[in-house]
Amino acid sequence: MPKVIPVPDALSKPFWDAVNEKRLVLQYCAACDRLQYPPQQTCQFCRSADKLEWKEVRGRGHIATYIVIEDGRLNRRMPDQPYNLAMITLDEDPRVNFYSNLPGTPPYEVPVGAAVEVTFEEVAPSQLIHEWRVVN
Amino acid sequence: MATQSTYSWRRDKDGLGVWEHRGKVAVAGYGHSPVDRRWDGTSMDKTLGAYSILACQKAMDDAGVTPDQIDGVICCDSHIAGASGGSAARWAPRPYFAPPYDSEWGLTLVNAEWLIKQMHLPNVKYAPTNVPTISEMVGMASQAVGDGLCTTCLVIYPTGNLEGRYRRGGENADDYARGARQWTVPWGNHGGNDFINIFPHNQYCLKYGGTHDDLAPFVINQHRNGLLTPWGYNATHGVPQLTVEDYVTSRYILNPLRIWDCDRPVNASAAYLFTTAERARDMRQPPVYVLNHSQHNFRQRTTQPDLDEIEEWTDRAARRMYEGAGLGPQDVDIFNPYDGYATMTQFFLEAFQWHGVKRGEAFAFYAGDIRVEGPHPFCSSGGNLGNGRTRTAMYTDSIEQLRGTAGPRQVKVRAETALAAFTTPSNGGWIMFGKYPS
Repeated sequence: MPKVIPVPDALSKPFWDAVNEKRLVLQYCAACDRLQYPPQQTCQFCRSADKLEWKEVRGRGHIATYIVIEDGRLNRRMPDQPYNLAMITLDEDPRVNFYSNLPGTPPYEVPVGAAVEVTFEEVAPSQLIHEWRVVN
Repeated sequence: MATQSTYSWRRDKDGLGVWEHRGKVAVAGYGHSPVDRRWDGTSMDKTLGAYSILACQKAMDDAGVTPDQIDGVICCDSHIAGASGGSAARWAPRPYFAPPYDSEWGLTLVNAEWLIKQMHLPNVKYAPTNVPTISEMVGMASQAVGDGLCTTCLVIYPTGNLEGRYRRGGENADDYARGARQWTVPWGNHGGNDFINIFPHNQYCLKYGGTHDDLAPFVINQHRNGLLTPWGYNATHGVPQLTVEDYVTSRYILNPLRIWDCDRPVNASAAYLFTTAERARDMRQPPVYVLNHSQHNFRQRTTQPDLDEIEEWTDRAARRMYEGAGLGPQDVDIFNPYDGYATMTQFFLEAFQWHGVKRGEAFAFYAGDIRVEGPHPFCSSGGNLGNGRTRTAMYTDSIEQLRGTAGPRQVKVRAETALAAFTTPSNGGWIMFGKYPS
């Protein structure tokens, strides 16, 4: 059940390089003391580029809510339907969120509010993506 | 003939004050083509171009305007399905037809240049390219007429659909996710307002109470109003009235988003005639004045907009519109927010506080009497859910309500102002109409 493969670009390459090393790094603005994801050319709050750096985060979060994709439009994912798509908030800054298919959690059986930790899955040779797994 | 260039027409910032052309621009006519589910690929009188010409002719007849009087043509020149339309949104590589259907123009796309040529409009001086959707187009036309770029302007919104289901081709058929899609598509988000709004909708239920299926009365009422709209898809195709049972037993798309929460793609076109208030008073119909137009383009701060963001965006858009119109919630008689997905309408209702509805109160409001003949005639147009994905019912119904010509949909309450939009919480625009110029 292959997932769609992300294509890194100049801006996102540091992020995906870290993911391929099984590390989660986010942009961090030293001027605002805020994390930012997805990465952007400048800090979305102060508009500075000079103070943006990459910072590794712990990779802990919580499930805010979820849906179950039963009839989506992505051709490559149709054989997987139905599957979970959860919105994960990052513990270090809940204003930052991620998507996750919650590997290990059956469709429709998502524990909203549960703690999750980051994990990494291969979607193509030498290309991982970040995922989240419920912490037991 | 003027083109887009650097003309600054948007009112997309906070604090702009009352619109300088408030009450000086009016809608004098409108027209709708038939609304088909798809184009059959052979009926040349039912192409998107033919339907756009028909809609323009109806709008001109409605206003009592002749072709030589048209000096502005604003036509959305992109496809409603966007980059993922696939074979439903692009005729090629199938062979084209004889002129004027020897390219995508007229088949899947329509623009001012094509219309001006086919309709033999000799005096057009303002016909921009790269025209946005009707969400912003009505504002563009209002500002252009107010600023004097043109005086008698056709505004056309074609919504095309070839055979098949759109948005399953193009980038949605790709094995790779590029650009902004690298952050969403690998996990299944195909991109669209179904996703943008369903997560905040779920958070809404958690925060304020209620379940997704509390939308049922709203969706059913949209269908009811659609069946009272003589040009709409539902009314012209014998679509039966949706029931609560139909709704709660319907299949899911993005559980809990149900099939009936989603609008039905169609092949249709609509046109409106914008002019000066002064000229409108000499035309065939009572003028419907433009009291304000506003636009918004809010950027999400992370992967998925959450409830806080959706509420903040819609609050800002509401403040912006009310400020420019010089009006408040208690002044809005007719309210036609967008319903392209049923999950977003509640955010607009609460932001604009129509009939006093505040955050967390939408479901209780939906469960009350929201019929057109009742005290709270919400979405009297029936929107997209009741008429097909034309995105125009909100505007047409608003005009009809203020004219007093909405027939069985005519509200029994006061109808002197109307607020309408095709818009999403993050991007788009609103327009406020008035029966009187001030």
